Amino acid sequence: MDTTVKKSTLSISENGIEKKSSEKRLEVLKTYKIYIGGQFPRTESGRYYQPENASGKKMGNLCLSSRKDFRDAVVSARGAFGSWSTRAAFNRGQILYRMAEMLEGRKAQFVDELIQQGSSKAKAEKEVNQSIDRLIYYAGWCDKFQQIYSAVNPVASSHFNFSVPEPMGVVAIVAPQADSLLGLVSVIAPVIAGGNTCVVLASETKPLCAVTFAEVLNSSDLPGGVVNILTGKTKELNEWFVNHMDVNATVYCENDSTVKAMMREKSALNLKRIFFYDQIKWETESGQSPYFIIDTQEIKTTWHPVENIAGAGSGY
Amino acid sequence: MAVKTKKAAAKKSNTIKLKFDTGWSYTPAPESKTSASIKPQYDLFINGEWTKPQSGKYFGTINPATEEKLSEVADANAADVDKAVKAARNAYEKVWKKMPAKERAKYIFRISRMIQEKARELAIIESLDGGKPIRESRDFDVPTAANHFFYYAGWADKLEYAFPNRTTAPLGVAGQIIPWNFPLLMAAWKIAPALATGNTVVLKPAETTPITALKLAEIIQESDLPPGVVNIITGAGATGAAIVNHPDINKIAFTGSTDVGKIIQRAIAGTDKKATLELGGKAANIIFDDAPIDQAVEGVINGIYFNQGHVCCAGSRLYVQESVAKQVIRKLKDRIESLIVGDPLDKNTDIGAINSRQQLDTIHKYLKIGKQEGAEMYESSCPLPKKGFWCRPTIFTNVAQSNRIAQEEIFGPVLSVLTFRTDDEVIEKANNSPYGLSAGVWTDKGSKIFNMTKRMRAGVIWANTFNKFDPTSPFGGYKESGFGREGGLHGLLPYLNLVN
Repeated sequence: MDTTVKKSTLSISENGIEKKSSEKRLEVLKTYKIYIGGQFPRTESGRYYQPENASGKKMGNLCLSSRKDFRDAVVSARGAFGSWSTRAAFNRGQILYRMAEMLEGRKAQFVDELIQQGSSKAKAEKEVNQSIDRLIYYAGWCDKFQQIYSAVNPVASSHFNFSVPEPMGVVAIVAPQADSLLGLVSVIAPVIAGGNTCVVLASETKPLCAVTFAEVLNSSDLPGGVVNILTGKTKELNEWFVNHMDVNATVYCENDSTVKAMMREKSALNLKRIFFYDQIKWETESGQSPYFIIDTQEIKTTWHPVENIAGAGSGY
Repeated sequence: MAVKTKKAAAKKSNTIKLKFDTGWSYTPAPESKTSASIKPQYDLFINGEWTKPQSGKYFGTINPATEEKLSEVADANAADVDKAVKAARNAYEKVWKKMPAKERAKYIFRISRMIQEKARELAIIESLDGGKPIRESRDFDVPTAANHFFYYAGWADKLEYAFPNRTTAPLGVAGQIIPWNFPLLMAAWKIAPALATGNTVVLKPAETTPITALKLAEIIQESDLPPGVVNIITGAGATGAAIVNHPDINKIAFTGSTDVGKIIQRAIAGTDKKATLELGGKAANIIFDDAPIDQAVEGVINGIYFNQGHVCCAGSRLYVQESVAKQVIRKLKDRIESLIVGDPLDKNTDIGAINSRQQLDTIHKYLKIGKQEGAEMYESSCPLPKKGFWCRPTIFTNVAQSNRIAQEEIFGPVLSVLTFRTDDEVIEKANNSPYGLSAGVWTDKGSKIFNMTKRMRAGVIWANTFNKFDPTSPFGGYKESGFGREGGLHGLLPYLNLVN
């Protein structure tokens, strides 16, 4: 692998010491691993792939995740669902905010990786800033969307009847290919803001910042298993994302009609809810809204009898 | 010693059998059929006109209580479906889409009123064609159907208030396929929100219960609704498949079995059709030891024997806390003895006829399976009429969580009773089902109610009540019970695109 592409494009390297070309220090290369249940294992398959950037440089040895990795991740996500979904919405908001803080703190690293993946510096900086802002946006929604989309229903019988959104459960997400950080954040945030847990397949061609984003999650008070991130080939994994019996919903972000048809067909297996986010421009305002949260919510309606006490009609 | 006898007496009084069935018997009180008019033959309602089926074929629909033929209805083939879809498309593009919303609303209000005007006739026909007790069709099915139209009519010109920061657009032509358990009501659940949101409709009622939908077509014709806005075509599975597969349909709304729901989901893969699926269920109904037991028993009876148990949200899995299990089972057995099974048109009848021979066979299959699995079967000793399709109210006790009668939907008057000790145990058991349509809980403790209603994974939860429905109240399932909601504000979204 050509190590020159690993060289930081910033004038200040991570340890803060300015580089001098004369005494070139051998860089420590990062091992990009996957993120399952709050841990960073290598793929159980032992396989790797080498994504290349636009100029044909290999960016690293990335885990080529397998179906088994996906299944392990689903087990973790299911395990984390109970406590994440019942956690106070306010607390979920604080954790999403903490994720934004952590991302802000490691901005330089993300800019660096986006540039490695072929972005210009200005574009990279903009994408990282937007990603941070998007997390803050959804942090704020955590304890508000319920109020917008709930209803007290004026039934004709003597009952107190109300409908509230509840998270669907485990959501499998095939993240956008192009917007490797902003797209990733934009699909994860509304899902977990609503109390779901998820397994995400990162951009196949631009996976670096997805793995680094896992490190942000790991240091953000986000319980292990709430977000699980895999790297690998979409062609290999797409199908498992939609035919696993313990997945409640699947989000797919590419405009590949064959994959979409396959996903809709396989989703019938356990009637998972399926969402195609292929027309969304993540860098615009339309890339964020509480309607993304509502997509992965069920509506639960509860009926309670109201006692009718004879003679207590008007109260006057 | 005195204390002991007092205790024993109290215990005894708890198990005193209520003698509903002695001394008094009910004189038959049948509703007269004279106020219902059923034509000997019905064509297809397409583009506001009664149209002969292309194939020229008709099939009979019978009264399941007597097995007598009531009428015959047209068997629509793919060409008829195409004709109906073209009419719906034309009406959508040329009339309905362009009509001011408040005018659309007035048509829907008008339909609601006409259902109310013809309520008695519709109730009688519903009981004749489907076998349900007249008390239910008169007091529940027909009025709720009218109310559903009335509720959604009012939404038509208020949609911009329902979805903050978005405008709405109708989807186009909706293909709707409905089941045989609440024929008119399901037609209302499907048509009313579709029209209010500006869509046009091709609806197919179930092949065993088509008549009230065709009566609704007559009402729609009488209401002067523009031709083609609602098309009602009859037929069996092949007709339904032709609707699902028609390329010019934008939305499929289906209520029925989970198996067929999955077939539909597969069939529309690779298309842009949206879907709402309201499918099967195996609802857990949970009784805690602090529940008002007599009320709970009534709720359980209503939960499973309402409409012969032909209810997707029926409380077919009863979980009773161990300490009161004996008492509850005893009371349930006593109570089913008092249920009157018989003529659906009799106002005293509690349980009418099973909808079809096919469904009766399914129920019998499960009764056999239950016994083979080792559960104890108890059925009411009531007499059954000689002709027609009937099933006595039945209770299985000693049921295990893994038994098929605890896992699979039977869709008949058959209750499986299981027991539990702790809250956590019963939550685990209740949620251990691929279904998630409805659930019930009976306890006197408010905080426990909310703990249970929150943790049960189902779309509709009844606390200290069961099988309650209202047009304003969203209905629909989690997991394999389908997706999308019908009723209430949330019932609008499945028929709309949200525009930024």
